[in-house]
Amino acid sequence: MRGATHARWAACAAAVALAATACGGGDSGSDSGGSGDGGAVLSSSWGDPQNPLEPANTNEVQGGKVLDMIFRSLKKYNPETGKAEDMLAEKIDTSDSQNFTVTVKDGWTFSNGEKVTAQSFVDAWNYGASLKNNQKNAYFFGYIDGYDKTHPDDGSKQTADTLSGLKVTGPRTFTVKLNQKFSTFPDTLGYPAYAPLPQAFFKDHSGWLKKPVGNGPYTIESYTKGSQMALKKWDGYNGPDKAQNGGVTLKVYTDNNTAYTDLMAGNLDLVDDVPAAQLKNVKNDLGGRYINSPAGIIQTLAFPFYDKNWNKAGAEKVRTGLSRAIDRDQITETIFQKTRTPATDWTSPVLGKEGGFQDGLCGDACDYDPAAAKKLIKEGGGLPGGQIKITYNADTGSHKQWIDAVCNSINNALDNDKACVGNPVGTFADFRSQITAKKMSGPFRAGWQMDYPLIQNFLQPLYYTNASSNDGKWSNKDFDKLVNEANAETDTTKAIEKFQAAEKVVRDNMAAIPLWYQNGSAGYSERLSNVKLNPFSVPVYNEIKVG
Amino acid sequence: MGRYVVRRLLQMIPVFIGSTLLIFLMVNVMGDPIAGLCGDKQCDAATSAQLKKEFGLDKPVWQQYLTYMGHVFTGDFGTAFNGQKVTELMATAFPVTIRLTIVAILIEIVVGITLGVITGLKRGRPVDTSVLLLSLVVISVPTFVTGLLLQLLLGVEWGWIKPSVSTDAGFGELIVPGLVLASVSLAYVTRLTRTSIAENRRSDYVRTAVAKGLPRQRVIVRHLLRNSLIPVVTFIGTDIGALMGGAIVTERIFNIHGVGYQLYQGILRQNTQTVVGFVTVLVLVFLVANLLVDLLYAVLDPRIRYA
Amino acid sequence: MPESQEPEGAIAGTGAGGAMDLAVSEATTLEKGPDGTGPQDRPRSLWSDAWRDLRRNPVFIISALVIVFLVVISLWPSLIASQNPLKCDLSKAQEGSQPGHPFGFDGQGCDVYTRTVYGARTSVTVGVCATLGVAILGSVLGGLAGFFGGFSDSILSRTTDIFFAIPVVLGGLVLLSVVTSSTVWPVIGFMVLLGWPQISRIARGSVITAKQNDYVQAARALGASNSRLLLRHIAPNAVAPVIVVATIALGTYISLEATLSYLGVGLKPPTVSWGIDISAASAYIRNAPHMLLWPAGALAVTVLAFIMLGDAVRDALDPKLR
Repeated sequence: MRGATHARWAACAAAVALAATACGGGDSGSDSGGSGDGGAVLSSSWGDPQNPLEPANTNEVQGGKVLDMIFRSLKKYNPETGKAEDMLAEKIDTSDSQNFTVTVKDGWTFSNGEKVTAQSFVDAWNYGASLKNNQKNAYFFGYIDGYDKTHPDDGSKQTADTLSGLKVTGPRTFTVKLNQKFSTFPDTLGYPAYAPLPQAFFKDHSGWLKKPVGNGPYTIESYTKGSQMALKKWDGYNGPDKAQNGGVTLKVYTDNNTAYTDLMAGNLDLVDDVPAAQLKNVKNDLGGRYINSPAGIIQTLAFPFYDKNWNKAGAEKVRTGLSRAIDRDQITETIFQKTRTPATDWTSPVLGKEGGFQDGLCGDACDYDPAAAKKLIKEGGGLPGGQIKITYNADTGSHKQWIDAVCNSINNALDNDKACVGNPVGTFADFRSQITAKKMSGPFRAGWQMDYPLIQNFLQPLYYTNASSNDGKWSNKDFDKLVNEANAETDTTKAIEKFQAAEKVVRDNMAAIPLWYQNGSAGYSERLSNVKLNPFSVPVYNEIKVG
Repeated sequence: MGRYVVRRLLQMIPVFIGSTLLIFLMVNVMGDPIAGLCGDKQCDAATSAQLKKEFGLDKPVWQQYLTYMGHVFTGDFGTAFNGQKVTELMATAFPVTIRLTIVAILIEIVVGITLGVITGLKRGRPVDTSVLLLSLVVISVPTFVTGLLLQLLLGVEWGWIKPSVSTDAGFGELIVPGLVLASVSLAYVTRLTRTSIAENRRSDYVRTAVAKGLPRQRVIVRHLLRNSLIPVVTFIGTDIGALMGGAIVTERIFNIHGVGYQLYQGILRQNTQTVVGFVTVLVLVFLVANLLVDLLYAVLDPRIRYA
Repeated sequence: MPESQEPEGAIAGTGAGGAMDLAVSEATTLEKGPDGTGPQDRPRSLWSDAWRDLRRNPVFIISALVIVFLVVISLWPSLIASQNPLKCDLSKAQEGSQPGHPFGFDGQGCDVYTRTVYGARTSVTVGVCATLGVAILGSVLGGLAGFFGGFSDSILSRTTDIFFAIPVVLGGLVLLSVVTSSTVWPVIGFMVLLGWPQISRIARGSVITAKQNDYVQAARALGASNSRLLLRHIAPNAVAPVIVVATIALGTYISLEATLSYLGVGLKPPTVSWGIDISAASAYIRNAPHMLLWPAGALAVTVLAFIMLGDAVRDALDPKLR
């Protein structure tokens, strides 16, 4: 391919010498899928989705990428600000933060011609909430009244197939009754799990899975599991965010480094996950064709609060001391080449100030200070057992590198070679089952990618008593109370203040050590322009221009 | 010999049962695969119970194994966690990997044996030393690095090849990946051939052949090489399975969606159905390869006979 | 299983004719000493001949010296490295050579020279012990299978088939993840467990060929016992491929240790080893090749020393080279 490019440039140079017309536009033809007026097709790196591509069953980025292209929900998060904006929702009304009336916009259809109605949403949500369908995101519907019947968590038999809190009141309206007050509920509705589904999904399920049909700006042209998916611009799409290109070919790469090499060689247009080891070369290899923008991901170290050593009086001093022994600036700069930003609170900058992100909320506790670290740990009774082991899974990501760096930083701060060592676990599944079985004896890696850009999503699932991702089993009455109050608050500003007050409880107890905010990074070819990553670190495909 | 082959084929049955059982147990020992399915969140209890039921993980292991084997004999290898049939996975993964293995084995045979014969005949000469140094590089530098450097040089700098292999993965595209895959084994084959050749070069039958005035070419190929090949053939036989199932690094670097990758994924995701299915097929490959090797012994050395 | 046909087959082979005088000379030696006496009683046994040869072989001397050196720095690394391999300064990460740090720094800012020296202990132990274990277990079992043939061969060969079937990654994740010991022994044990089938098959193949030789048949006809046949006649002639494979495997075991560590089931941090450093350096090959160069270089020298040693031993055991 590279050879071909050279040849073309040579031809261009010759052409210029002969005073012929410019050669710049010639590039768009280099990809096989280029299709005349609709714009050319771009190719992008992809990972094999772990679960079947059902909206309520997709909980990782790779499957989410596709859903983001072929579905539009009631709300959509603005790719730049992260704010939830109406998409299919004409309006969502409530007077008490618990009963909502949703009106769906007119004129939306699925790409197979079927109309998107209130029923399309209610059926989809009922499907997602029903235990027998094995949907892994079922808990998203947990706030809706009747969830305990369709999805009994205590192991008893499911007694209802549909959520009693959902009622279709007209072709374009339905009501939602929640089982608790939740003022920001409408803002969660941009999550792919809440997407509407066509009848074909229920009637011919296996056929749908082979080639999913949605209502977004793209349709799936072909899908070869495990190797690639070709998406085409859907000309019948009526939404405001039409695709600016002819389509996207997602190619499965088993290693992001290969994808990066393919990008350099001109075989691929877009890589949305630049390997850490190549970050140093990015400027050289790609010039300005590289983006590094904040995403709603925060990395923390969680602690096992079921272990006496970490839950006794004074242990918070040890945790704070550890936090102060970590040189976040140095690690983010050297290991991550600044694609991470040292964390100063427990949320994410993508929320924005008005969304609840508060720079510096962590205060001193997140500042590197070896002397203070030593003192705090000593006051807190020293490290339990004289040594901490940071547990992580070795099979994905480059966790080893930063865990080693964190440990070296702690060891240097405490002047002790063996104060901290990494403790790798072979597989993610094993790592998760050890966490679930409460087998951790020291800090462990915890990463959180937001489901929706709300401060609530950074706090409640992680630190509320017995919440779904509260892996350390931290429990604090003050925190729980503040979160409950915040959820009941109808005024958004006041709700956010309450959440921030709750976040301060997290800080004072150092329930988890915030490490850094993760950025999304992407590199792209010369053919592309207007490439952006949304706050979920997924490329905004429909806005990319080719050629 | 016919009876011998039949007996060997019959012996495959216990091996087949033994190894599938072993692998089945091993994947089971790894723990609860459902825990990894919900990302960084904990699957809620009801969903994970439901999933376990669906994949049959709630039954005792022996029952799971019997059910599984029952299905295997009807040609049903089960379903992977992403909803894809394991047979479908095999149908896409095996042809690619078989092609890759063929390329690698051919490289081992042609390049390895040639270099082995040359170095064996010219022991201690510069060519012998250079080949030794080259082998040392191959042994001590990880395949990952050699693969990556080849990919960067040939794929990006010089533009001779595409850095990644397409979905069709034709033979042409697989030459460089095959070379990378074969590199470490090449060192083995070269040195095994070299040693055998050096050892047999002084044997009397070679001297006799030379004394009879046979052309050098003929002496080397018919007399010397043929008698030196048994260890090499044995090694290559043991290597076939390793190349097929262990091409994880090479397949990753060149983005080949083959057996090594699927097996690795299956293991990491603790997907019993995928792992046992793939390993079962690999066991069969091993058995056949080893049978062929044993039959080749008699071709290479007619003194060896089979009852 | 292959079964040899009895003596008449011995004449038919391509290489049969010329091996006659060798067989005769062996047979005469045999007549001199009664069965059961150890080789050390003999004036010139094969093994003592070999030893005499070795002592005069410069290749052997050099490789032995390198190996002795490796053993010494494995035991006392502080002899030639004064710094602490675990003391790392991230701000110096990936920097090249500078005074006091001749090999530069690795990705974590640790001193590459110190780590290379300290890594010798782990890597040499893993490489040598795993190789010895594999070679001994594999050649004994494979040799017996090849020699006796028949039922025992069937059992053993089919067992190796099952072991071949276990993918290294799976075996590592299952068998090593339950181990809590932070020593090298579980890793070595694992390598022996998965490594012996290959040597076993190679040894079996060699023994099957070697036992066809006329001098073996002759010795058998003269009433030599099985153990005598195996040790005195077959082993020296079948050992070459085992030595070749084992010496190369030594290097691959050192790398395999890194793979296992990479999978999170190998040696527990903060162990220092060449393998771990090589695999860590691989990611930075474009920016900091020096990180790879030194540990990989140390590995190459070690493998070279053992390959040369193996070659020398093999030559010494080959009477035709005398």
